[in-house]
Amino acid sequence: MARHIVASTSEIPPGGNKVVDVAGRDIVVFHVNGEFFALLNRCPHEGAPLEKAACVARLTSPEPGVYERSRVGEMLRCPWHGWEFDMRNGQSWFDPKRFKIRSYPVAVERGEELQKGPYVAETFPVHVEDSYVIVEV
Amino acid sequence: MSDVIDRPLRDDERPAASRLRIVDCDVHPSLHSHDDLNEFLPKRWQQHLKEYGSHLRTPYLFTTPYPRSSPLIARRDAWPPTGGPPGSDLAFMQKQHLDPLDVEFGILQVLDLFIFSQQNLEFGAAIQRAINDWQLAFWSHRDPRLKASILVGQDGVDLAIAEIERCAKTGEYIQINVSPRANEPLGRRRYWPIYERAQALDLPLGIHVGGYGGHAPTGGGWPSYYVEEHQSNAHTIAAQLASLVIEGVPERFPKLKIVFIEGGFGWIPSAVWRMDQHFERFRSEVPHLKRKPSEYVREHFWFTTQPIDEPDEARHLRALIEWVGIDRLLFSSDYPHWDFDDPRFAFKTPLTEAERKKIFSTNARAVYKF
Amino acid sequence: MAVTRIDCDIHPAVGGTRTTLLPYLSDHWKEQVVSRAIDGVDLTSYPPSMPLTGRADWRPANGTKPGSDLAMVQKGAFDQLGASHAILNVLYGAQAVFDSYMAADFCKAINDWIAAEWLSRDPRLRASIVVPMQAPDLAIEEIERRAGDSRFVSILVLAQGETLLGRRHFWPVYQLAEKYELPLAIHAGTQYRQAPSSAGWPSHRYEYYFVEAQAFQAQILSLIYEGVFGKYPNLKVVLMESGVSWLPAFMWRANKTWRGVRVEVPWVEREPAAIIRDNFRVTMQPFDAPGDARSVEEIIDQIGSEKMFLFASDYPHWQFDGDDPIPPHLPKSIIEKMCVDNPLETFPRLSLN
Repeated sequence: MARHIVASTSEIPPGGNKVVDVAGRDIVVFHVNGEFFALLNRCPHEGAPLEKAACVARLTSPEPGVYERSRVGEMLRCPWHGWEFDMRNGQSWFDPKRFKIRSYPVAVERGEELQKGPYVAETFPVHVEDSYVIVEV
Repeated sequence: MSDVIDRPLRDDERPAASRLRIVDCDVHPSLHSHDDLNEFLPKRWQQHLKEYGSHLRTPYLFTTPYPRSSPLIARRDAWPPTGGPPGSDLAFMQKQHLDPLDVEFGILQVLDLFIFSQQNLEFGAAIQRAINDWQLAFWSHRDPRLKASILVGQDGVDLAIAEIERCAKTGEYIQINVSPRANEPLGRRRYWPIYERAQALDLPLGIHVGGYGGHAPTGGGWPSYYVEEHQSNAHTIAAQLASLVIEGVPERFPKLKIVFIEGGFGWIPSAVWRMDQHFERFRSEVPHLKRKPSEYVREHFWFTTQPIDEPDEARHLRALIEWVGIDRLLFSSDYPHWDFDDPRFAFKTPLTEAERKKIFSTNARAVYKF
Repeated sequence: MAVTRIDCDIHPAVGGTRTTLLPYLSDHWKEQVVSRAIDGVDLTSYPPSMPLTGRADWRPANGTKPGSDLAMVQKGAFDQLGASHAILNVLYGAQAVFDSYMAADFCKAINDWIAAEWLSRDPRLRASIVVPMQAPDLAIEEIERRAGDSRFVSILVLAQGETLLGRRHFWPVYQLAEKYELPLAIHAGTQYRQAPSSAGWPSHRYEYYFVEAQAFQAQILSLIYEGVFGKYPNLKVVLMESGVSWLPAFMWRANKTWRGVRVEVPWVEREPAAIIRDNFRVTMQPFDAPGDARSVEEIIDQIGSEKMFLFASDYPHWQFDGDDPIPPHLPKSIIEKMCVDNPLETFPRLSLN
């Protein structure tokens, strides 16, 4: 596992995402509710690009006609077939064990900390005063 | 199934790397707006469309009875950057779909305005005519990979015949499309003149799911949810297969080829078993049938693959394909709709190269004579 | 009685409202059916002389409707086909009557007639309660009336009614069904309220019978997606004369669609196929299978539950020839379960004593 700096935190607005190439992998980083999540940018089902997913609430219901929403924005709904995944761990809603998106550990660190290393950022300038999103792959 | 999760794509899965050029039997072009049709639509009908709008046997003017699961029923990544609805921009369709998936031929299926289901038959015919012209001008002539179908509303049989004759003269259309949801089941006598023309012109009859003929989507009545209506599409196609077979359409038009589009194929084996099982009981009612229903299905009908079935066990999909018969299956993606099938990943069971070739290319080329 | 074998679907025939049912009707309806000649409400689904409605050797010699003679039914269902017990399902037009009160009285008369002239004359017989689903509150009254009689083991409804069965207005019926351990038996047949499929009205009965299987499929989806099994988790639904071999592909498609569109019905928390395996049962005539053993084995494997299958002959309907109602090539383990264990689990009120 290596730590890759993939973005400055200000680059990804709340509710937005950024697609990055990390070690040959297409990874999408989401920014939701003050946190960052990194997932492989490909649905495990038929390969849809998850950067186009809708970021929705976790929807449950105790009985017909009652809709309970929680963790607003933290569920991905695949842009093709509508499968829902939890951004935190990539697990699908309908079969969390069997179907999941590969997810990667994410950290946010200050530039001054990062300069102590180690990290991989071939083309990424790191400034002491900014904070950055780190993905471990 | 989960092997797509965490590995780089194999070479044969990379865009444009597949060497199997495919025929996609279900690609949906879309109007930017109704104004696209102005150049093909007489003033009278332009005015009619503006004032009276689309008249369908559904409760809402501007949307479908069952709200879809995504805007305009589309993949969320299929909205062209130039604006306009999914499927309206040829360059984007080429870039997102036709080029990377190496589509050799794509068969256009137009669903705009639910043109098969218009209650005013003359208005319907005018729109069909305009859309048939639009398919050539906006699509086929700009990208010869894209093949147009002659759309006709079968409930105006005389108008349909006239349109078929008009379009067939151009030699540019590859099939005749009718609706699976019209006033009556497709096998009924009143529609036979259309089949007679299709056979004479050697044009397959294409039947794409959808439309609103006024009948409840299920035999039990009107469901509450899209999740139910979506599955009823397969029921409609099965019912139409039974209608065509049991009324004896293949018996009367032995050279007619019939293609069901977007009905999937999981339901076919049990439908055929059921028809065969009860053939003996009802034989005296249908003496015009000379052979068992399964025999007609095996010779006269083809089925596009999307939405593909996804049993938990790959071997079950394999068994299904064998029951249906490789020769009957034509690949379709349904681009740009949400229930799209990607030719690289949709079949979650091993196929030999020869089998792939049939499903993804040669079966369709034989039916449509490409 | 040698071997226990419970036939979950046989059909006694009602002669008519002015004949068979007359003694059981209320005074008002007695007067009405006579003075207005309200009769002949046999279901369009089953013309008495149609080959499917009665196998040739099960037709009374005097030309009356197949299934109308108790002695003949006993001989056929028990002696010939080897059942030890059998559940009577009356398919008559009471379910299709538009007038709710007439429907309710006809249903009550049918149930009284079944109790008096069938159940009381042969202890091997059980019956489904015929109810007026046109008016769920009246259906409830009828269920309450029969609940104390354990010879009534299920509630009978038609596959094609006025609205899909999952709709909320039917829920009080299911609440009672669960309470009294009465499975909901959905039987082929139609009230002719709408075309049997979205394709429209077919020309032939053959075609009509073919598409009826789809109505069952729509009912399954309706019951699941409206949330009936979340409310009434112990409710069992028995599909009768539905065909069987369509189940696997139907379940795959249901799972697939639910995965993508379940936001419409977030109260459905499990895959439809899992709910189907837990809450639905199916009678085994007709099976609609291909002729070869390997395909039958494959279908059973794809369905993925041995609990779902219930032995049934569908007597006197002509589903098979000969004396063996069990579809060919079924695995042995299934046959044992479907004849005894599964029926007993499905119809808890059915005691063998």
